Amino acid sequence: MIFLTRKAEFSAAHFYWNEAWSPEENQRVFGKCANRNGHGHNYTLEVTVAGEIEPISGFVVDLKELKEILEREVISIYDHRHLNLEVPEFKDRIPTTENIAIAIWQRLDGKIPHAKLYRVRIYELPDLFADYYGEL
Amino acid sequence: MKAHLNRRYHFSASHRLHTEAYDAMENLTVFGKCNNPHGHGHNYTVQVTLSGQVDPATGMVCNLSELDAFAQTNLLARFDHTNLNALDCFANTVSTTENLSIEIYRIFQDFTAAHLERVHVEETSNNSFDYAGEANPSAVTI
Repeated sequence: MIFLTRKAEFSAAHFYWNEAWSPEENQRVFGKCANRNGHGHNYTLEVTVAGEIEPISGFVVDLKELKEILEREVISIYDHRHLNLEVPEFKDRIPTTENIAIAIWQRLDGKIPHAKLYRVRIYELPDLFADYYGEL
Repeated sequence: MKAHLNRRYHFSASHRLHTEAYDAMENLTVFGKCNNPHGHGHNYTVQVTLSGQVDPATGMVCNLSELDAFAQTNLLARFDHTNLNALDCFANTVSTTENLSIEIYRIFQDFTAAHLERVHVEETSNNSFDYAGEANPSAVTI
């Protein structure tokens, strides 16, 4: 089994807010992330797939094809967007780093031929990132 | 759904690798320039990995500001701009980054809002160490 990781980047706006809570409670829990005008990040996405090497090509997956899948399924939808307002899965889910990792997994699961999706890692900042491995 | 949260912290400290179990020559042979009697220092990076169910109300494994406050009190205030050898935790053990990783793992076990998966400590950009507890010896950061 070989693991292969492809990186991609996108920039997006978001804010944290739970409609079930009062503004004071949102402010207490989420702090400056609760600013309703939003703020933004340069996100780095790392997608790791696992598989066996195809003997003729020497590939686990065709990197060019993986790049196109990431572009089509994630980057074209998230890049230069407001996650809360423009990306459907965050209508009823707060776009935390954890939830973004899960949402990207759900977008990619089953879309990558010849390999198993192993991990989605999303960096909100170089010092803050979340991993999702599916439901093990 | 279970996710993993990774947070990195930075501190600067001095240390010296030396053990009373060896004589001066053996310390120098084993530890080389790290045995310099005056010590030397590093910018350390600590990467903590926590796991847990994502709370549907917050979208979080645990509240990041609570984790940061815990790290400030229990990690950074304790280690930043110190001489590691002068700290109680290194009174009887060499202040290698292996031992530092184990000590930092112990510290973050007291943060109970999420499950501690591992700590990853970078002594320099070329040297890093992982500790995930004795029950999970092979868990490393990839």
